[in-house]
Amino acid sequence: MELDIVELSRLQFATTAMFHFLFVPLTLGLSILVAIMETVYVMTGRPIWRQMTKFWGSLFGINFALGVATGITMEFQFGMNWSYYSHYVGDVFGAPLAIEGLMAFFLEATFVGLFFFGWDKLTRVQHLVVTWLVAIGSNFSALWILIANGWMQNPVGAEFNPDTMRMEMTSFFEVVFNEVAQAKFVHTVSAGYVTAAVFVLGVSAWYLLKDRHTGLARRSITVAASFGLASALSVVVLGDESGYSASHTQRMKLAAIEGMWETHEAPAPFTLVGFPDQETRETHYAIEIPWVMGLIGTRSLTEEIPGINDLVAEAEERIQSGIIAYDALMQIRETRADTPADVRERFEEHSSDLGFAFLLLPYIDDPRDATPDDIAKAAADTIPGVAPLFWAFRIMVGLGFGFIGVMLYFFWRSSFRGQNYPRWALRAAVAIIPAPWIAAELGWFVAEFGRQPWTVDGVLPTALSVSHLSMGDLLLTLAGFVAFYTILFVVEMGLMIKFIRKGPHQDVEETEEWEARHEHRLRTHDGQGPSATPAE
Amino acid sequence: MVLYDLIDYDVLRVIWWLLLGVLLIGFALTDGFDMGVGALLPFVGRTDVERRIVINTVGPVWEGNQVWFILGGGAIFAAWPPLYAVSFSGFYLAMFVVLAALILRPVAFKYRSKRESKTWRSAWDWALFVGGAVPALVFGVAVGNVLQGVPFELTPDLFSRYEGSYYGKFLGLLNPFALLVGIVSFAMLLTHGAAWLSLKSEGPVAQRARAIGSVSGLVTMAGFVLAGLWLAFGIEGYALVGEVVTDGPSNPLHSEVGRTASWLSAYGERPWIAIAPVLGLAGMAMAVRGLRAGRELSTLLWSKLGIFGAISSVGLTMFPFILPSSIDSRSSLTVWDSSSSHLTLFIMLVCTVIFMPLILVYTAWVYRVLWGKVTEADVTSSSDTAY
Repeated sequence: MELDIVELSRLQFATTAMFHFLFVPLTLGLSILVAIMETVYVMTGRPIWRQMTKFWGSLFGINFALGVATGITMEFQFGMNWSYYSHYVGDVFGAPLAIEGLMAFFLEATFVGLFFFGWDKLTRVQHLVVTWLVAIGSNFSALWILIANGWMQNPVGAEFNPDTMRMEMTSFFEVVFNEVAQAKFVHTVSAGYVTAAVFVLGVSAWYLLKDRHTGLARRSITVAASFGLASALSVVVLGDESGYSASHTQRMKLAAIEGMWETHEAPAPFTLVGFPDQETRETHYAIEIPWVMGLIGTRSLTEEIPGINDLVAEAEERIQSGIIAYDALMQIRETRADTPADVRERFEEHSSDLGFAFLLLPYIDDPRDATPDDIAKAAADTIPGVAPLFWAFRIMVGLGFGFIGVMLYFFWRSSFRGQNYPRWALRAAVAIIPAPWIAAELGWFVAEFGRQPWTVDGVLPTALSVSHLSMGDLLLTLAGFVAFYTILFVVEMGLMIKFIRKGPHQDVEETEEWEARHEHRLRTHDGQGPSATPAE
Repeated sequence: MVLYDLIDYDVLRVIWWLLLGVLLIGFALTDGFDMGVGALLPFVGRTDVERRIVINTVGPVWEGNQVWFILGGGAIFAAWPPLYAVSFSGFYLAMFVVLAALILRPVAFKYRSKRESKTWRSAWDWALFVGGAVPALVFGVAVGNVLQGVPFELTPDLFSRYEGSYYGKFLGLLNPFALLVGIVSFAMLLTHGAAWLSLKSEGPVAQRARAIGSVSGLVTMAGFVLAGLWLAFGIEGYALVGEVVTDGPSNPLHSEVGRTASWLSAYGERPWIAIAPVLGLAGMAMAVRGLRAGRELSTLLWSKLGIFGAISSVGLTMFPFILPSSIDSRSSLTVWDSSSSHLTLFIMLVCTVIFMPLILVYTAWVYRVLWGKVTEADVTSSSDTAY
């Protein structure tokens, strides 16, 4: 195995995926927020809500362009850099990707043009429908991509076909309703909503600090805080759901996140902080909260969560079983249709462990020649990097609870304190704008780095998934992507900042005329002017 | 009885071969004119306003059109996994070049008119040129290479290996025949872009587009005929040898493949497929006439017919081959041995039957809303919404 090709391919995938994921969460959330604002506009007829829709829509557009552009890379990267993976699981993994195109991409991409160009060509209600279709399309695309990704974490509804040397789908229903995929979907879109809410909150807070566009900013904060509060709660609840499903589907990932080397008698404690040491297989200076891990992971007080060492021992057994499957596979390949029935039977019995035999390939050419030492080494490889997972997870969760606090505070000020915000809170809202992106990238990291050494958990090792490429190919494209993406990122940030500084395009005449017409209705009981009215 | 047995495996394979064609042709018919317009941009628009008119003729629709390409990629992955695995990694650097061009395009559309600076706008105009011209050329070059066979072989594990270090071969992709096909594809989409501009713009922009389009249309026809003659006399074809199993497991190594004197022997076995190249040439000829005479909608439709004929003739000529191998003919991918499983093909067909009509309906609605020419007033009066 050319290990360097594998490492470089992983680096390239991580770079392009994480870059793509800078834009996706904001697209997911901002599309919904813009649609909500436009709904208020259509219901109330107040021009300011249309200005808000157009203003946040223009920022959405700048972000969307790069989301689309970098998304194209993702779809082609599987075939370009992960050719064996594509062959091996395309029968299962390709379907949700294609359905994503049919159901989601067409919807969002066809209507996003009308969202920007259709203001004068459509009626209000028609335009509102267009905006909602863009938002729904974006969110559907998250659904299908996470069904595909969920299958990599928990490969249900498929089995290995020895005649075609690949995984084939046995139940589309199981693939779609994979519990991992469903929990991931809601967790990820909620994270996107939080990202957009923090973004809208932060930019609006900046306007309030500068005393500009205050009408737009106050209303935006109200929308962002209420939407953000619901989403932040949902992120944490569904994150917990992911943890629960991980306890029986991805036990190694869970144990690694916890730095839990030994199986603890139920209910296991949760390690708040500590220093996991991969060499000695210990977590130093751990501060533990009793019972919590058992409750989160199993929702019971009696079920055990296996530790890393026990899981490694289990992997050794599965490698032994995988070798039997591999041997049967080789006989089937020799004899094809004339394979004796008992060989086929033996294969069926052990085929779910075939992937474990592949773990031996970095050490020997034929898994059947493995020595106990090789098997021990291959089994030890099933432990992902514990310390990075341990820390990434804790920072992500900490940020997640932080967002609940921030949203709760702004929701309270906006609902019960007359939309007055102290300057320190506004400054804090500006300062935390990058935080949801950090949390989202860490979440991606925990899910995918924690899946190692597999591309498809228990089915196909990462080291086997790559394409037949040279180092030159990979270095060239990796350098190309980094350089190209850096330039695009600088350009994008420049435009974002320019448009935020410029602020909304205010049609003063229209607003004044509207307010004059509705003055009698807007005046409050204590005789204050309409500008003091809270959000409609 | 299992539901997916309703349609036989070999029938599903042919249906998905047709759908692959539908997607690729759908892409060329829609995003094809966006690319043509991008490639024409620096030449048909002289002033900033003219260029903005050109960009705004495709501004609201290119994004939806591009999904044909993305869906094409996804459908190849889902329905023809070996094709996806072998071709995307085999054409690695060519794919990277296409990706770079396609990444540049959305950004250029969205960002170009967001700053006033002349250098900024001119830089993005050239980015749009690259984003249109480069993919148009590379797709043709890829087809040219597929017709000659690609140097890959499959190991018994079905891992695909390529001869030598492939990046040295990037230049090898640019062989004379492939370049000829590349020029045909580029000229064809240029003509298609010109037909679109002739419909959606007016005045000098439309005139310049018609002038360029009527020349590129003739280049397309001449190149297409030349490539056909080259195929007839200069390039060996492929054929399945022995008993052909059409509903067996998808393992390319299970079938035997031999070489034939020419791909065009297919026209002896299935004479009716000659209709495809005839439609290709006739459509292009009528498009050129239409461009000269200043006809609008009919020209665009003729150009679409020409593209339909040209692309179908490649697929029909090669059937049942999808990706032949030049170094190990047994590894060649065909319709009968490189599809997804019976169940996956069936499920994907059900999804396509549900969603494709919906897509066509709402796309048609969007085009109807946007019907009419883009004028100077359109781009100057709504500068906050137009590109």
